Parts: sequence; structure tokens; C-alpha cells
Amino acid sequence: MRTLSLGRMIEIEDLTKRYGTKTAVDHLSFQVRPGVVTGFLGPNGAGKSTTMRMMLDLDNPTSGTVRIDGRHYRDLAEPLKYIGALLDAKAMHGGRSAYNNLLCLAQSNRIPASRVGEVLDLVGLTAVAKKKSKGFSLGMGQRLGIASALLGDPEILMFDEPVNGLDPEGIHWIRNLMKALAAEGRTIFVSSHLMSEMALTADHLIVIGQGKLLADTSMADFIQQNSRSYVRMRSPQQERLRDVLHANGFVVVEAGGGALEVDGATTEKLGELAAESGLVLHELSAQRASLEEAFMQMTAAAVEYHAQGTDVHSGAAAPGPRWGTTSEGA
Amino acid sequence: MAVASAVLQSEWTKIRTVSSTVWTLASALFVTVAMGAALCALTNATFDDMREAERLTFDPTLISFSGMILGQLAMVVFGVLVVGTEYSSGMIRTSLAAVPQRATFLFSKIAVAGGLALLVGLATSFLAFFLGQALLGGHRTSIGDDGVLRAVVGGGLYMGLMAVFSMGVAAMLRSSMLSLGILVPFFFLVSQILSAVPKAKEVALYFPDQAGSKVMRVVPDAMNSEEAPYGPWGGLGIMVLWVAASLVGGYLVMKKRDA
Repeated sequence: MRTLSLGRMIEIEDLTKRYGTKTAVDHLSFQVRPGVVTGFLGPNGAGKSTTMRMMLDLDNPTSGTVRIDGRHYRDLAEPLKYIGALLDAKAMHGGRSAYNNLLCLAQSNRIPASRVGEVLDLVGLTAVAKKKSKGFSLGMGQRLGIASALLGDPEILMFDEPVNGLDPEGIHWIRNLMKALAAEGRTIFVSSHLMSEMALTADHLIVIGQGKLLADTSMADFIQQNSRSYVRMRSPQQERLRDVLHANGFVVVEAGGGALEVDGATTEKLGELAAESGLVLHELSAQRASLEEAFMQMTAAAVEYHAQGTDVHSGAAAPGPRWGTTSEGA
Repeated sequence: MAVASAVLQSEWTKIRTVSSTVWTLASALFVTVAMGAALCALTNATFDDMREAERLTFDPTLISFSGMILGQLAMVVFGVLVVGTEYSSGMIRTSLAAVPQRATFLFSKIAVAGGLALLVGLATSFLAFFLGQALLGGHRTSIGDDGVLRAVVGGGLYMGLMAVFSMGVAAMLRSSMLSLGILVPFFFLVSQILSAVPKAKEVALYFPDQAGSKVMRVVPDAMNSEEAPYGPWGGLGIMVLWVAASLVGGYLVMKKRDA
């Protein structure tokens, strides 16, 4: 684990948030470390946004603490210089221009006005800086929100579902921005309900479901543990290939389209084997089961809003067996 | 802790960069002055038609503030929008993330907006007075007469306090629509009607607008009305208590509730 500096960590300890009888965040503890992109993954309603709002001291926890830079958020003198957050692209006054929306934020934290122009330039909104932000598209609003997060040049950045509603170009831009910011040694914490998105950006993963921690693991470990890897082979001499594989003790599963799937083998080993037996191969490729699938299985017990009616009580009280194994592996 | 001067500067930028500030405050000034002037001109023209009791208790200062009954509503709208749009736009989360000390945030906002409302209120009050007196002809009074300057300055304070009271209410209700839906009918209808109903008017005397507006009277039983059981400054004092209560309420809500 790369722990470059202890000072820029976010530490969450035993954080709980209840709304009446409903528990949105349930004794959550984890740390977000600098220098990497930490993905915060969970299905809709898992408590991601609530957790992030508590991290910014917007919502009061029922119990537990959040420490930023070792301190409570409310004790940060000029918090935008420590932590920047994109919570909601529309969290700006629509009647105010993009420039003025950022200017009043900058002034409150004694950030020089010249920085406003810099961040507008950085997110590509300079041309519309004087336009009222209510006319902005979702993508432009998202960029304005990111500009506000970057305003204080903070060491910690939090993004809540930043790719929502963005076009492919915008998604690509945000991914690269987050990676670049992490490479500068900053602490990046980004939430998503899409595993595929996390797989592309995050180095570390925190998975929650129904407010509970399901996994706290590096992305590589998560992939290792949660995706079945196998080798896919196709050959015009399928019968002979199967015999050869059987003879060498491999477990072969027949897949559609005349392909064979071999578990627990490398492409190198199987390629050599085919060559030794003089077999023609049309395909030899390493495959992984989709991470999305692994994520869905992990959170299945903890998904709040199923498409069909399910018994909420059994879901909450008795998590599936996968839950236990994954958490242990983390 | 956030630096208070920085937060004040930030709140000033917020206020001056939205168009609602200009149109609400301009309406407050224009409506009050224009309506007051019209009533002064009308009174001057029809003075001899008034009943004797009214003529004897004629208060030329108070009559020039007649427009406040409408103009104060624009002040209410200004006060409500200053706080309420933070919630309706979602800006409140961005604002509190930047200034997590909620007392600093709320009271900086109210200090800046209240100060501006007070200045506009004073300008409104003096303009309404001088224009009104000019149109009252022979029935006019002078700023140097007993209690007149107090009434004119009091009129400005009343307008400013009305805006600040509305800010506190909006902070408690966290919604512009809800706040306006309660305050505007209350000040425009409920308070006015109750102050004319026997028994109820004893209570209505202690409403913030009824109590505070007594500071604008030079003649205590102006236009043959009943005299209030408190003096002009006592009335404004009652209004200040209402304002203080709304600010405390607004602060407690902001401190306790999730943004």
C-alpha cells in the first residue's frame, strides 16, 4: 500500500446515519489514501451520497466520526484549500454567471480571484464564463462543479457520480483528470454505481451495500478474487483438441459457437500443448468474467431497490454467502 | 475558522450578482415612494372632506409612509430570496462546504443583506417623506418638528427589520415558496384584518409589523385610531424581539438540520 503522507487521508470511523428507523449508513469504517484513485462503489441507495455529505459535514452523523487531515471538517479554517468536492452539478445559483458563482466561493476561502479564471480554463468553460449557469447543459454543469472543487487547489478531491450524464468525450476527460490528479499525489475519492467505470479509473475500491462495508480492497485484488479467468479456444479440430486437453487433465467447458473454455490454465501452456499435438487454433484468448457480474453478485443481498418485489427483511438480515468471503479476502 | 471578512465579501458578491436583488429593492423603494406620494396628493385635495376627528389627529408624516404597506412586501421578498435561493438552487451545500461554520455563514449573509436592506429602507423613508410633504401643500410638516426625524429614521429601520425578519423565517423554513406563502398573506391580509377586529386587535398590536410601524407615527392616535399601549421605540423594540426570535430560530434550524 502506498502511504505517501498521513496528513491527507480521510478517515471514517464507525460512521452511522439513521433516518427514523431506516439506517442509511451502518457502522462504516474505512480510510481513503493519497496518491491513488479510490472508487466508492455501491448500488443506488447504498448510502454513498449520504456518506459523502457526512464527510463534508453537510449531514450530521447519528454516530461515528469523519476526520480529514486528522481534523473534523468544521475545524478546517478554509476547507476549500484542503478538500474540493463535486456533489451535485446543480448546486450553484442558476441566475449567477459561472464566473461569479466561483468568485463568491473563492472569496469565502480567501482564494485569489485570478484562480477563478484558471479553473474555468482548466475545465474548458472560459468561453461561457459570463453566462448564467442555469442555461448550462448537464455536462457543462458537471464541469462547473469540478471547477469549484479544484478552486482551492486541494490535496483531497471528492466526486459523487462525476460521469453521470456526460457524453463520451466528457467521460474520457474526467477519467484522465482524476488519474492525473492522483498522479500528483492527491487523494481522489470517487463514487459510482457502475463497476465498469470504476475498473477504468480506480486503483482502490470500497464497496458498500445498504450502508455496510462489503469490501475494501485494491482494484487488482478485487479483479483477482471476483472474476473467473479462463482461456477460450477455437479449433477446426475441436474433437481432437478436447481429447488432448482431457488427456492433460484440464477441465473443459463447451461454450457456444464451437468454442471451448478452459479453467485454470494460461494461454502459453495451452498454445504449446496445441502445437505439440499439431492442432490448428483459430482462437486462443485469456478471458475474464465481467466485473459488473461480480459486483452484482456481491451486492445482491444488499440491493435496496430490486426490480421485482423482494422481502426486504431477509435481504437486510441475512446477507448472501458471497458477502462473507469477499470481505474476508479484502 | 473561516475569516469573517472573507465570508462577508463572499456574501456581498452573491447579493450583487443576482438580478433579484435589484428588482426587489427597487420595487420596495419605488412602490413605497410612489404610493405614498399619490396618497399625500389625494389627501391634500380632499382634506376638507375628512371628519373632524381625523383632521384633528392628522399625521402628515405617517401619511407619507402609506406606501409601505405594499413596499414592505418587496422587502419581504428580498429577505426571503436572499436565504431561500440557497436552498432552492442547491447552492447551500456548496456554500456550507466552503464555510462549514454555520453561524458565520448565516450571520454574514444576514449582516450583508440586512445592511443593504437598511440602507435602501432609509433612502426609501427619506424620499417618501420629502416627496410626500411636498405634495401635502399646507398640511405638511417639517423634518425639524418634534418626533418627525425619529419617525423618518424609524421608517427606514422598519423596512430593514422587515427584510431581516424574513431572512430568519426563510432560514427556518428552508424554502422561498413556503416562506413567501406564509409571510406575504400574513403581512398583507391577516395582520391588517386582525388589527381591525375587536379583541383580536389587542393581540395584533404585538405582531411585528403592527408594533414596528408605530415608530412612524408622530401623532400617537393618528387619524383618530386607538393609541398603542407602548411608545414608538417600544413598538420598534417589540419588532426587534420578533426579529431576534426569527434569527435564533433560523440559526438553530441551520445548525441542527442536514443541508
